[in-house]
Amino acid sequence: MTPMPDAGSGREVVISLRGVRTLFGERVIHDGVDLDVYRGEVLALVGGSGSGKSTLLREMIMLHTPDGGSIRLFGTELVGIDEPNADALRCRLGVLFQQGALFSALTVLENVGLPLREHTELDDAMIDSLASIKIAQAGLPPAAAGLYPSELSGGMTKRAALARAMVLEPEILFLDEPTSGLDPTSAGLFDQLILKLKDLLGLTVLMVTHDLDSLWDVADRVAVLGDGRIQGIDSMRALSNSTQPHIREYFEGPRARGTRERKC
Amino acid sequence: MPDHIDSPAELHLLDETLHCSGSWTVGHLAGLRSALRKLVLPAGTTLSVDGAGIAAMDSAGAWLLLELRKRTEAAGGTLEWQLLDASWQRLLEFVESVAGKTQAPLAERKPPSWLDRTAGIGENLIGFLSFIGETVIALLRTVLHPGRVRWTELLDDMFETGFKALPIVGLLSFLMGVVIAYQGAVQLKLYGANIYIADLVGHSMLRELAPLLTAILVCGRTGSAYTAKIGTMQVREEVDALQTMGIPPVDMLVLPKLLSLLIVLPLLTVYSDVMSIFGGMFMASTQLGIGYNAFISRLGEAISYTTFMIGLVKAPVFAAIIAVVGCYQGFRVSGSAESVGRHTTVSVVQSIFLVIIVDAMFSILFSILGV
Repeated sequence: MTPMPDAGSGREVVISLRGVRTLFGERVIHDGVDLDVYRGEVLALVGGSGSGKSTLLREMIMLHTPDGGSIRLFGTELVGIDEPNADALRCRLGVLFQQGALFSALTVLENVGLPLREHTELDDAMIDSLASIKIAQAGLPPAAAGLYPSELSGGMTKRAALARAMVLEPEILFLDEPTSGLDPTSAGLFDQLILKLKDLLGLTVLMVTHDLDSLWDVADRVAVLGDGRIQGIDSMRALSNSTQPHIREYFEGPRARGTRERKC
Repeated sequence: MPDHIDSPAELHLLDETLHCSGSWTVGHLAGLRSALRKLVLPAGTTLSVDGAGIAAMDSAGAWLLLELRKRTEAAGGTLEWQLLDASWQRLLEFVESVAGKTQAPLAERKPPSWLDRTAGIGENLIGFLSFIGETVIALLRTVLHPGRVRWTELLDDMFETGFKALPIVGLLSFLMGVVIAYQGAVQLKLYGANIYIADLVGHSMLRELAPLLTAILVCGRTGSAYTAKIGTMQVREEVDALQTMGIPPVDMLVLPKLLSLLIVLPLLTVYSDVMSIFGGMFMASTQLGIGYNAFISRLGEAISYTTFMIGLVKAPVFAAIIAVVGCYQGFRVSGSAESVGRHTTVSVVQSIFLVIIVDAMFSILFSILGV
């Protein structure tokens, strides 16, 4: 159970993937993915459409079982894990789904309070207070607490979902395209919010994203997935100068070049 | 944040110093409630919090410390932080800055008054009538231009709602025939009127029960599917997409379903007639000793063509009710998964209700006409 320090850098590895293989029928999605995520870093996972980013994320949060290889969270092997151990691990993870996945029958306040009601023995008044603090932390106005998910705008939905993902104070936060569908201002504010929460709470963040601004501003390291494996993993600055064909292909579009010129 | 610290949070008051220890994290705060309740704060004094024993803190713990300070200030005193880790100090400041922005949860939304509800029913009725109008116009357009019928959708739907319903409709109709014959047999035996079992089964099933039974089955099986299908399309904005492409959603989604039910439900009713007669025949031979030949020849004398048609003529009307109610409720879905579920329930309840009401109206009409 004790997290193992990485021999090379001395930093604690919280997520470790070794030789992960995933098949969809005959199609090979992952063919030996190796990846280490260190405590306290923001790692972005990128890759073309259909490269299996989201599937890899789903495997790390125990929604999908890989066909081969090993995935360790905090040193615990996920392949073949039993339910009690899996539940204990799930309480240490927060997940922000792409569409928010807020429960439509509950208000924002009830949505955010739900994990507390299920997993802690706090009383209702305290749960409501803690939930409203999380809602404020995520940058939502207080009035949003009483709204139903169908009454929220895209940006508010993401913030409410972030509040729910954060309410159990997870150690790792998984974000699936956190800024997709947001206007540039909201996306920028959302990036800042993630950074602030990471600094204050010591979070480890793993995000799947296409947003080039997020890659430059938020991610400490970026892993490029292609052809079923990790093609390169480094800081954005180093990757954008890489000569590796897969990485160049991803970062050589006109938009990627434009962003690089602005950031460098 | 270290994860190996698992001791519950604790709090002790000693000589104007609050000694805090353990993990002040969301999973370990529950035990503090009783300690907080028992805690009596001396009024008007300056207390200090000794945070040296705190092994871990998150925003829930920070919020609790802030609450403690509020309580002290309410009692006329002040509270100071001492020996608090710098990162927790920052967390405390952050939580304090956002806690100011929260407000008490809004009052529960008032349930709508009877006036609003009555208005809601009226609105619903107007919406339903205008939907019927829209459907009829689309239907007339199709009748005038038969080339516009979407044959693939129509045949698909007929297969789904008709052919696939055969086993369940057949089984239940057979059993219904058995039950009616069995109930009748006991009475008829008393009078030695065994052969009239054919009249009993024939009249009750063909005139009344077979069309009703089939319609109610189709309500549950197909009406609900229509609502759920259109409702899900509504949630995923597929209906809006059709509209922007200039394809009227009624043409594409409602008409094939309506036409297919108009064709399929009468066929299913005839099938149900036949199966229920089989059920009656089976029971008559085992309970009353009436052979199949005797039963069928008596049936031919007892049941006229009119009786058969009276049952059959209701089927298209029931079909229209089921299709229109099912599709209408589908279009009323808005936003959420919950809404799909609610409207599917409403669709089934309303269509069964309307089918039975219309069946009763048919009975009155036929008795006035004297058939």
